[in-house]
Parts: sequence; C-alpha cells; structure tokens
Amino acid sequence: MAALARLRLEPDEEERLRSDLSAILEAFERLQGLDTAGVEPTAHVEDFGALLRADEITNPPAGEALVANAPARDGRRFRVPKIIE
Amino acid sequence: MSEPAASGAWTLDGYEAVIGLEVHAELLTRAKVFCGCSAAFGGEPNTNVCPVCLGMPGVLPVLNRRVVEFAIRAGLASSCAIAPRSRFARKNYFYPDLPKGYQISMYEQPLCEHGWVELLVDGRPRRVGLTRIHLEEDTGKNVHDAVAGGSLVDFNRSGVPLLEIVGEPEIRSPAEAGAYLRALRSVLQYLEICDGNMEEGSFRCDANVSVRPLGATALGTKVEIKNMNSFRNVERAVAWELQRQVRALQAGERLVQETRLWDPEREETRSMRSKEHAHDYRYFPEPDLLPLEVPQEWVDEVRATLPELPGPRRRRFERDHGLSAYDADVLTQRKDVADYFEAGIAAGAQPKEMANWVTTEILRLVRERKLDDALVIRDWPVTPAQVAALSQLVDAGTINRGTAKQLLPRLLGTDDDPAAIVRREGLAQVSDRGALEQAVRDVIARCPEQAAQLRAGKDKVIGFLVGQVMKATGGKANPQLVQELLKAALAS
Amino acid sequence: MSVPGSPAVSSALHECSVREAAARVRRRQVSSVELTRAALARIEAVEPRVGAFLARCEAEALAAAEAIDRRVAAGDDPGPLGGVPVGVKDNICTAGVRTTAASRILESFVPAYDATVTAKLRHAGAVIVGKLNCDEFAMGSSTENSALGRTRNPWDPERVPGGSSGGSGAAVAARAVHAALGTDTGGSVRLPAAFCGVVGLKPTYGRVSRYGVIAYASSLDQVGPVTRDVADAAVVLEAIAGHDPADSTASPRPVPAYQDGLDAGVRGMRLGLPREYFVEGMQPEVEQAVRAAVRELERLGAVIEEVSLPHTEYAIATYYLIATAEASSNLARYDGVRYGLRVPGQSLGEMYERSRAAGFGAEVKRRIMLGTYALSAGYYDAYYLKAQQVRTLVRRDFERALERCDALLTPVAPTTAFRIGEKVDDPLTMYLSDIMTISVNLAGLPALVVPCGADGAGLPIGLQVIGRHFDEATMLRIGYAHELASDWHRRSPIP
Repeated sequence: MAALARLRLEPDEEERLRSDLSAILEAFERLQGLDTAGVEPTAHVEDFGALLRADEITNPPAGEALVANAPARDGRRFRVPKIIE
Repeated sequence: MSEPAASGAWTLDGYEAVIGLEVHAELLTRAKVFCGCSAAFGGEPNTNVCPVCLGMPGVLPVLNRRVVEFAIRAGLASSCAIAPRSRFARKNYFYPDLPKGYQISMYEQPLCEHGWVELLVDGRPRRVGLTRIHLEEDTGKNVHDAVAGGSLVDFNRSGVPLLEIVGEPEIRSPAEAGAYLRALRSVLQYLEICDGNMEEGSFRCDANVSVRPLGATALGTKVEIKNMNSFRNVERAVAWELQRQVRALQAGERLVQETRLWDPEREETRSMRSKEHAHDYRYFPEPDLLPLEVPQEWVDEVRATLPELPGPRRRRFERDHGLSAYDADVLTQRKDVADYFEAGIAAGAQPKEMANWVTTEILRLVRERKLDDALVIRDWPVTPAQVAALSQLVDAGTINRGTAKQLLPRLLGTDDDPAAIVRREGLAQVSDRGALEQAVRDVIARCPEQAAQLRAGKDKVIGFLVGQVMKATGGKANPQLVQELLKAALAS
Repeated sequence: MSVPGSPAVSSALHECSVREAAARVRRRQVSSVELTRAALARIEAVEPRVGAFLARCEAEALAAAEAIDRRVAAGDDPGPLGGVPVGVKDNICTAGVRTTAASRILESFVPAYDATVTAKLRHAGAVIVGKLNCDEFAMGSSTENSALGRTRNPWDPERVPGGSSGGSGAAVAARAVHAALGTDTGGSVRLPAAFCGVVGLKPTYGRVSRYGVIAYASSLDQVGPVTRDVADAAVVLEAIAGHDPADSTASPRPVPAYQDGLDAGVRGMRLGLPREYFVEGMQPEVEQAVRAAVRELERLGAVIEEVSLPHTEYAIATYYLIATAEASSNLARYDGVRYGLRVPGQSLGEMYERSRAAGFGAEVKRRIMLGTYALSAGYYDAYYLKAQQVRTLVRRDFERALERCDALLTPVAPTTAFRIGEKVDDPLTMYLSDIMTISVNLAGLPALVVPCGADGAGLPIGLQVIGRHFDEATMLRIGYAHELASDWHRRSPIP
C-alpha cells in the first residue's frame, strides 16, 4: 500500500501506522452492517450539470513564474531522475 | 458457436486470432480540455501551460464544450449511442508527465457506446464493433536527458484533449487491423476533429492480442502491445505477436497477461518489466467535475453538421458513378480527395476517367508534395476543372492520353485552360487517315523485323510499332487509329 | 479624522468589527494604513502567546492599504471590506506570498496565482496582513498537525485552538485581524470558532469557489469566514460567495444580500434539536450552555422540537472513508517534480518516496494510506462506494428533518478546548471530536457557529445552527437573534 501511495516509511512509522489504521478500519467495518441496497451513491452533493467553457485560448504563453518553483530544471523543462523500469 | 474461421482471418496451426485495438486521438480544438491554454503542437517547452495543466495546488478543471462536441461527432459517425449523462473519473498513478498524479478520464459511464467501424479488407466490406468512446486529457512529454541521465519534462501537451476509442476484440487478422485503423482515421479526418498522424503522435494505437483454437469461444490470455508508430508497424507487430503466442503454446508454455513493447529495429515484441506489477488505478468518480449532460437537442444539432461519411460515400461512388469498390475506396479515404473527384464530375468529366486521373496522377502529385500532411488539402497543384477539361479533351479524341499526360505538369500552379494550350500549340492529335497511313508505311519500312513478327501473329510487338509511329508524329497520332492502320497494312 | 498616535484611538482600532472598520475608512475617519499598522502592531503583541501566523505580509499589506486610501481620497468606493485587515488560512493561495498548507512539502512554495476567494477579498478592498496556521493540508481538529508552527488557544495557551483552521480562530479571537478565512471539510472552521469563542460559518457546498484552495477532500471542502460577530460573517460571506468560471462545482445561484434581514428575528421559526447530537459523555457545561441558548431562542418566539438523524453513528466512518480517499488522490501531485520539496534519489521512484516521506507529517501519511486502501482494487465497493451510499442516507436524514424545521440547533463539540498533546497519540479519539460537525459536510449543508457560553475555566462553548441548502440567510438570522440576546461574542481573551 505504501508503494502505491509512493510513501517510504521507517519501520517504527510503519508499526505505528499499522496499529492506527487497524483501529480505524475496525470502525469502518461497522458500515458493512448497514443495509444500503438500492441506495444511490452521492458522487456530487449539488448537481447542476457540468460547467462548459467556450473553446478559446484564454491563457497567454507562460512566463517565468510558472516554472520558478521547479526543484530542478534544464532551461524551461523540469528535470527528474531516471525512471528505472 | 463453433465455426471455421471466416475467409481472410488469420490462422496458424489450428489457432485463430482475437485482436482488439485501442486508439487515442488528439483533438483539434484551439484550447486544451480543462483549461484555456493553447492545444497547438510544439512551441517552446512549458509555455502553453498554466496552473491547471501543471497540476499546481488548488487548481480545478473546467470542461471545453468543443471537446464534447467533437466526441459526439465521433460517436455519431461510428453509430454509437450517445449517453445523455456521462461521468468523469480519476485514473490514479505516478509518472513525471502526469502532473496531478491522476488523469481525468471516464470509466463507468462513458460518453459513447456500442457503435462500429466500417472497413474494407481485400475489397470485402466488414464491420468491427466499437465498445466505447470517451474523453480524457493527454499527459506531458518525457524526453531523455542526455546530460544528466534522467528525463526532462515538457507539459505543453498536458491537458490536450484525447478521445479514447476502444474497439471490440473482433479483428481477425493483421491486415484487418490495418484496415480498421485506416478506416477509423478516415472517419476522424472527415469530421475534421483529428489529423490522424501516427508518426507525430496525434493518432496512437495499442493492440490487445490473443489466440485461441479455431472455433473456440473462450478467450485466450491477452497481451497488450504498445509503441507502434505506423499502420504498417501495427500490422507487423500484431503478426509477430500472434506467431509468438502460437509457438509458445505449442511449446507448452503458459502465456502471461502482460504489456509488451514493439521494437521496430529488431522486429519483435518484448516484455516491459515494470516496477508496478499490476497497475491499480483506483478509479473513482471525479469530484471536481459534475456529470456531463448531453441533451437530445445537442445531439441533433451535431448530427446535422456531419458530412457524408466515408462508408456511405464509397458505396454511393460505386452505385452512382459506376466505380469499382477498389477505386471508390481509394477516392473516399480522404474527404478532400472525394470532393475533388466530384468537383471534376461537376465540371463535366466522365467518372471513370476522372477516377483514373485522380487515383494516378493527382494522388501522386499530392504525395510528392506532402500535401496530404494537411488535414484538408486546400492548395491543389491543378484544379478539378483543369483535370476535367483534360479528360474531356481525351474523351472527345482531341488529344491522346500521352499528350494529356505531358500537358498536366504545364498546368501546375496556373489557371490555364488545357483546351486553349492545345489550340495555341497545335497539340491536337492527328486522326486523319491519310496523314497517318503515310507514317505507318514509313515505320513498316524502317522496321522490317518487327513488321514481319506482327504479320506472323506476334501481337505483342504492336506496342513497339505504335510507339514508333507516335515518335514519328511527335506524339500526336491517334494511337487507336494507328493500331488499326498497322494491322490493316500488315494483314495484306 | 483620526488623531495619529493617540493611544485611545489606535488601541481601539483593532477592536472594531469589520463593518465598523470599513465604515470608518469610507467616512475617512481612519485610514487603511492606520488600521493596517494597528493590526500589525497587535499581531506583534499577541503572537508570542498565540502563534496564529505562519507569515506576515507587512510590505504587501501596507501597499494595499495605501492603494485603498488613494481610492478613498479620489472619491471611489473602496468596497464592502475596504481597508480592513484580514488573515487568510495558509491553504488558500495568495499570489506572490508563500502558501504552505502548513506542510514541509510546500514550505517554500510561492504561487503565481490567487485563489478566487483571495481575489474576491482584494476586490472587496480587504488588506491581507498574513497567512494563518492550520493543520497540515487541513487534516486535523487541533492545529497540532501543523509542520510549521504552533498555535495556542488565546483563552488558555496550554490548550488547542481547535482545527484545522486554528490560526484563523485564534487570530480573530485575539483581535489580531478583523476577520479571517478558513476552510471547513469536517468542521475545520466551526470547531476553532467554538474553541476560540468567535463566529465561524461553513457555507453550503458550492456557495463559495474552491479554485486556489489547496484541496483536501474535493466533495467536502468549503471556504468560510471566521469573524467576531454574525453581521461581519454575513458581510464577508457576501464578498466571497458566488459563481466562478474556474470552479465547475461552484453554484451559479445568485448571491443574496446576506446583510439584509438579519434582524428579522426568529418568531414563528421551527428549530430542530437532533437527539443523536446530545451524546453521552458530553461535558456537562457544554450541554447546559447549548440548552440555555436554545431556551433563549424559544423565548424569542421560535418553536423547538426534537428530531432524529438516525444515521449519525455512521457519519465518522463515512466521512473518513470519503475524505481520505479523495485526499489520497489530491495529494498525489506533491511529488517533487514541478514544485515543492524534492529529496534527491538515485531513481525517480526513490525521489518520489523520499520527498513525500520527508515532506508529509504523520497524520497526512495516515490519511493517504487509508484513502489509498479505501480505493484499492478489491476494496472499492466495500469501502468507498459503501461510504458514498451511506452519505446519501445521511443527506436524506437532514432533508427529512429540514422539511419540518427551518434549521437545526446542536452543540459543536462534546467538550471545550482540550489540552495540547492530549489527543495527538490517539487518532481515533481525535476523529471523534468531529462527530457533531462532520455530517454537515457530508450533506453539503451550511452551518454557523456562535459563542453561547463558557465553562468553569472560562473556555468558550459554541452553538451550531445548521441551515437548509443555500439558506445561509435564515441561519444568519438565527445567529443574529441569539447574539442580540447575549454577550458571549463580546468576550475577548486578550485585552
């Protein structure tokens, strides 16, 4: 699960997390007892239909500001370490 | 249903192929799907970007209505049902070119479903089912960093709208796979929603390939193949993979459900040993976008703007213009070519003649000048009216085909009327028996050997003799008449 | 005209309400610069004790104040919040000003864009003097999960201010700002308001734009004002509410003039008390104060009746499944690629893991793990989908109750502010503090918290008013009527 969330945990962190999570998960189990047959899941609380915008270019070409927070760059491109398959 | 394989289907040692294709088509809207950045290809890295398509903290997507319109067009053109309500979903995974750590796509309730694509395989019409079409956003691009060894990421492409088109696993051979892709691309080009360029990546294909014993109904282990960047490579990759699977099964091996990459250099597929053994995308409904409502009025509005589609147009060309299935297919692959052809008919050309001119000379010119790189060809080197005029001159016997072919290059880029050139330069073909008889006699005299052969019944040599007469008359002799006269002269 | 340097005037400056301050600026009785300097001085004075701020924007604030003063001098309308110093929770983007969500992973992040609510505040003339501390990524009920600061309850520095908008609650209570914006996902504006003795409002989901608000749980988050009184909350809400073309979930409904009709009273209103909210084990003084407030409203002409929200017991599990699932996805973008903390690694995978491990605190990691689990293959139906179904049942409970009643009245929390460190080691106990606020977010309803009492130690107690969908007006009327009949909102912890 940690891998799926891209979190690296220290062993003691993992231990604590495991016990915290199992307590919380037990609480979740209580939901199973509830009969929800035929109940629509709430994906959206308010539903007034998707907002649609016109097909127009409203953003000017990006300046320096948008790449300024980059931890590592090469010119305007973001640099990342190699991906090991 | 146990049936022998249909004709044209791929088989090998009692196995048959089950192929399903997944196509991602980049849409030609001005702006991206969820933000107001330009969707244009290229540009300096990370300039067509904004906080939304860079996945910065706090940003939210807003849907471009033209993307939906394009998707409805694609759905209608492939006879899909358009869902009155469809939902966006998040597909969660980590990759540097995926700024939010999830891709906004559609999962359980796509926009279009249950359609089909019409294709011709070896001249035979077929339908391949289309499971679904849905909208999603494209990712950025990773480029290998030669200097530091990692990757460099450009997000200009992040957020460009994509249509994901999933075909049913009903394709039965590599050739059919190629035909399906060509037919699908053709439809998208007719609709002017995608330029269908596989090499540039605006039209991408992944193939799902499996084999099973002939006539079996259960599906074999499915392998996904990626990294095919042309129709030919798709056909080659599928063919290679089918064979690999059959050989593996024959050797008693168990096939693994996996993703393999096509290597065009080595011409083989290779397993991708990915760190994430199983991609758990943890799909859930996108909370930042409300369900997409497409009322019937909108569908009707879009339907009214659809052009005549390739399949119906091809059939009409066969029926109304008396063309062969093959010729009709070539002429209707591209809408602009089909329009050109019909403009020529409107200008007075005979359908079969016009078809001949277009499929040979005009398409050659188009390919040479790479005019077909454009989504719609606008600057034709020669107009349909000019071609029609040429073909009418030949039909009327005014000039012969050889003269016409020579005239064509002289018309390029001009408004000139071929008839005027013919008059001005005296290019009309000579059909006067008297004049030609003399030329025929001269040639017979000059070429006694060939004349003797023809007299002896070797009909093949007539071409040579006709050619000689054509040369002697500066190409203007009426070839049919020459042939007649030659035969007559040598019969006696 | 104000007399500069006069202690009486300047020490009163930070005391006045938003409306009063804006009125004085408009009438040129005081300048925005004076108000701003007074706020900055007050912040300087109280921060050692309270620690509400993660960043102070002195230069930007004074520049904005000067601009307001020029507008006023030119005869232009400075806006409903014209010249008034406010604070903004640090999970709301402010262009050019560091915005961290109280996390190490965004410790140096400076957004190039404003959140829509930030832009609306500026447009209304407000002067943003600083960014307020909160639980990391708004995950928490005490602000103890902040990685970048410690905020203490101004009433008692050994106690928490509540969370996750603890900095907002504390700053308003300490009179360091006239108003603040917080965010509320499971009670994060309302709990600090209750613990700090101020007014907190969570609008109907979709009433206020979420663009530029660092997302925790997309289907639950809302921005809300924290103020000293109800009328101020109405003013701020009016300024920030409304449709936003950048937020697909922001409602197109027009924004009413919330300030109008506040004093219409509660005569004839039907107010419901959900029996499930008066739980066993509640601190007795909390129940007493709430019931006293209810009796007062009855005396003012409201009809009180008991209602039932039978699915209340399932709300915590439902909330934590949905919120953590959405959060696990929303926080995936913090990967060190384009911004934020990057810890180098030999490979991309290593970089991701190290950056996120170093950048996220324990509670955030806990919730990401829970959320990832709830969505993972094989568990989606049992957890996430089930939770969304129970959510529908919770919504229906409220719909039924609010058919009969104009609003519901409940306590805000089972206790007053607890001690720092008391609940940090037991997440489940911490989660239970949300039991009275959480269902409101699940249902997407608006809720208002007003101070209604104090316990033996002087710690504030809050009353929660839950309104109908998009009916903030009625809710505000009720809060206002309560306020008129009491003085709790006038109490100030720091003179």
